[in-house]
Amino acid sequence: MTVQKPAPAARSPKDYASDQEVRWCPGCGDYAILKAIQKTLADLDAPPENTAFISGIGCAARFPYYMETYGFHTIHGRAAAIATGTKLANPDLDIWVVGGDGDSLSIGGNHLMHLLRRNVNLQYLLFNNEIYGLTKGQYSPTSHAGTRTPSSPGGSLEQPVHAAPFALGCGARFVARCGDVQQKDLVVVLKRARAHTGTSFVEILQNCIVYNDGVFGHIMDKSVAAEAQIHLTHGEPLLFGENGNKGLRLRTSPLSLEVVTIGEGGVREEDILRHDETDLTLATMLARMEGPDYPVAMGVIYCDPAPSYDQQFKDAHPLRPQSRKALQDALKSGYIWTVE
Amino acid sequence: MEGSAPTHHSKRPEQELDSAVVRFAGDSGDGMQLAGGQFTLATALAGNDLATFPDFPAEIRAPAGTTFGVSAFQINFGDRRIRTVGDNVDVLVAMNPAALMTNLGDLLPGSLIIADSGAFTERNLHKAGYEANPLEDDSLQGYRLLVVDMHKLALDSVQGLNVSKKEALRTRNLWALGLVLWMFGRNTAITESWLAGKFKSSPDILAANLAALRAGHAFGETSGMPPQYPVYHVPPAQIPAGTYRNITGTEALAYGLVAGCQLAGLPMTYCSYPITPASQLLHSLAGMTDFNAQTFQAEDEIAAICAAIGASYAGNMGVTASSGPGLALKTEALGLAIATELPLVVVNAQRGGPSTGLPTKTEQSDLYQAVWGRNADSPLVVLAARSASDCFDTAIEAVRLATKYMTPVILLTDGYLQNASEPWRIPDLDDYPDFHKQRQVTVEDGFLPYSRDPETLARPWAVPGTPGLIHRIGGLERHAGTGQISYDPDNHQEMTNLRRDKILGIAKDIPALEVCRGKDKCQVAIIGWGSTFGPIHRAVGNLIEEGLGVSHIHLRHIWPLPPNLEDVLRGFDHILVPEMNDGQLVTLLRATYLIPARSLTKVTGKPFKISEIEQAARALLEERA
Ligand SMILES: Cc1ncc(C[n+]2csc(CCOP(=O)(O)OP(=O)(O)O)c2C)c(N)n1
Ligand code: SF4
Repeated sequence: MTVQKPAPAARSPKDYASDQEVRWCPGCGDYAILKAIQKTLADLDAPPENTAFISGIGCAARFPYYMETYGFHTIHGRAAAIATGTKLANPDLDIWVVGGDGDSLSIGGNHLMHLLRRNVNLQYLLFNNEIYGLTKGQYSPTSHAGTRTPSSPGGSLEQPVHAAPFALGCGARFVARCGDVQQKDLVVVLKRARAHTGTSFVEILQNCIVYNDGVFGHIMDKSVAAEAQIHLTHGEPLLFGENGNKGLRLRTSPLSLEVVTIGEGGVREEDILRHDETDLTLATMLARMEGPDYPVAMGVIYCDPAPSYDQQFKDAHPLRPQSRKALQDALKSGYIWTVE
Repeated sequence: MEGSAPTHHSKRPEQELDSAVVRFAGDSGDGMQLAGGQFTLATALAGNDLATFPDFPAEIRAPAGTTFGVSAFQINFGDRRIRTVGDNVDVLVAMNPAALMTNLGDLLPGSLIIADSGAFTERNLHKAGYEANPLEDDSLQGYRLLVVDMHKLALDSVQGLNVSKKEALRTRNLWALGLVLWMFGRNTAITESWLAGKFKSSPDILAANLAALRAGHAFGETSGMPPQYPVYHVPPAQIPAGTYRNITGTEALAYGLVAGCQLAGLPMTYCSYPITPASQLLHSLAGMTDFNAQTFQAEDEIAAICAAIGASYAGNMGVTASSGPGLALKTEALGLAIATELPLVVVNAQRGGPSTGLPTKTEQSDLYQAVWGRNADSPLVVLAARSASDCFDTAIEAVRLATKYMTPVILLTDGYLQNASEPWRIPDLDDYPDFHKQRQVTVEDGFLPYSRDPETLARPWAVPGTPGLIHRIGGLERHAGTGQISYDPDNHQEMTNLRRDKILGIAKDIPALEVCRGKDKCQVAIIGWGSTFGPIHRAVGNLIEEGLGVSHIHLRHIWPLPPNLEDVLRGFDHILVPEMNDGQLVTLLRATYLIPARSLTKVTGKPFKISEIEQAARALLEERA
């Protein structure tokens, strides 16, 4: 049950910071994400008592301790399952799940899949640093093949899982991507995520300065960002590049996106695809793009709301106290007989 | 109601029995559970006390005619309190050679075998491993044998009705049921009305089933039945006055959980992943959503317990259930519930193991897992139900302790208890005191999520959504009081002690243990837990009648143990602990009290026989004499 206090003066990001000393390594990308989330909640004036951060285990998963909201730091990989139960019991809570790439996609991959296909109304933030931070730097399921770590001195052999396409494949109805340092964009994306009803999946590219520093440099560095990223806006042409004259065009055989430059080879502005958040096929192609041939898609890749699980569940299980007599009657249902 | 000696068998010898054991055995597809269930209902309505034991194969559709595809249903009923399913079978209905082959061992010489000769074909005999037809050679000489071609008689009975031959043959179970009902002087009215409800929408099938049932009954009454077979009369039992129904352990658990949550004033969130024999509980509760209960089928056992913990975190009573292998998966999350001190009820319907083991067979081998099976020092409450109807009260106790002490509680049942049914005197819910659980809602400056009630040592339950009590919880060790992460060595010692003392302190809040049959002090105490209650109780009764110094003690609270258990045990020269495992409670008792308790073990997938327990007690008495 949610009891809303009379609205106090609008809150500031500081109001969402707990009194706990933040213990991430200096320079860790998690700091920037923390800041963006606190700003998001302040901008939305989210009631802290009605907000819960639920996490698994990992550096990222320490997140709830630093938020002046309700928080539950659970066990490795299981935050999605715990959050599901919390939401079923109280659908009115505003729940944010935070997990690293290991937490979310190795040990917790199964639960994340089911969370997404069920479409439980909460925000899932996957801090992707392509490494296991807390356990000191082993390769993770999102690490690129060939990643050298203490557990893969010769380079990892496995092909990585890509978070956003995985989410789309699981049936997610909201998938977005952003970088830790993109404060402004991140706040916009997080607000969109919160406004969406259903599971909002946000992959945040996060730099682990200690064990995987610069792994997203080829995307995030200021010098390359314009060429390496494409920022998606619903209904707008899919343009990017230093001069804003590169774009994505649909090729029919093989069916794929191709990078073209307006004015070159007869490409006109009208040839450029427009972003349609509700188009799953387009979203899947956008989510899969990676360098060097393609820019990495940033922003809201897919958003096509569908009824949320917790709402349907609530309708199917309307919790209301039942009278003792009703239960007594139920005990007496079926064949009964009396012994005198 | 029936129960008095029927009059229409005047020419036939009548035999009065104080109890009888009937087993219906046939192929999985032969409808033996249905026949047994209906016979049970008629028996209960006739005023007998009873106990049943459904025993079915692990395979859903085992190849027809094989010994491993045999499905059986046993009922023991009598004119006194019936506590077990019966050691030996008095009447075996064998619907095919495999059923005869696998069940003959439980018959004493002189028992009655009713065999469907129509099923004793060359092929079926071969599948069951018979070289010759036992109905035709002399191998069954020591028994009374009634050979009837139920195939033919069932087909005859439905002649002219609009059913296929296959459907007609499927009525054999009702034909057999009709005959057995007749044999015990019962009519077919109850089964008829049940069938009418069940086959409301298929009038042809209904007509065929009714015809077969009546034909089987009439077969007994008319010349079909050789005159030397007696009709049996089992007088009604002296059972306490009240309103009764039949109930399985599963149903009793479902009602008990719902009732417990009602007494606690909490909605229930039940989260589970299917596994035999716990799935039935999910099915039962899924149909009870009117009672302030939600059911969630999770993607695995880990998700199930995690969702239940999440629900408790949000302020509901989180409940999950599984069987041994599933409980193993829940282990890490149980540690989280212990660390975060959230209420949680975990039902473990035990089955034969290790690993997948014997999914449909009963065993009590998860006691270690329940009491000790977690990383680190991680105490919680363990309870065990002793009978189908006791599942109701034990479930209520589980909810009471979980909420009052903010702790996970494991409730142990087993495959036998889940499926077995017995008459249940429907309790008056007003007899149960409320234990409303108050969540903290009053705003407090400097709220301490890990402060403690001095009496119970429970921490406050403040749930998200409550203004003024914002806090964080988690699995990292936390400061005793503030709940902030703390790696302080002394604090960890203190928290470990607190977790231990909170659980041990519950011993003050549970009823003092009483010897449930026999003297408080004598030579031998037989102490049991869970579903061994019935056989131990009857065995002790028999031994006492012989004048032997034997008593029965039965535990509901496995951890913490009842506060006076040590004193009680010290009143006996010898202690015998029968369990359906390789000796688990005995280890716990020996470790806790340094007493020379002796073990009696059985892991055949079947409950103890009364005689097995009597024998062990006698051996102990003689050895020490
Ligand atoms: C059951 C279990 N297995 C393993 C661990 C050890 N462990 C803790 S965090 C972690 C991986 C963390 O990586 P990630 O989820 O990517 O988060 P990051 O630390 O990089 O933020 C592992 C393997 C654990 N705590 N629990
Ligand atoms: S190890 Fe990496 S991810 Fe973890 S806190 Fe340090 S920098 Fe951040």
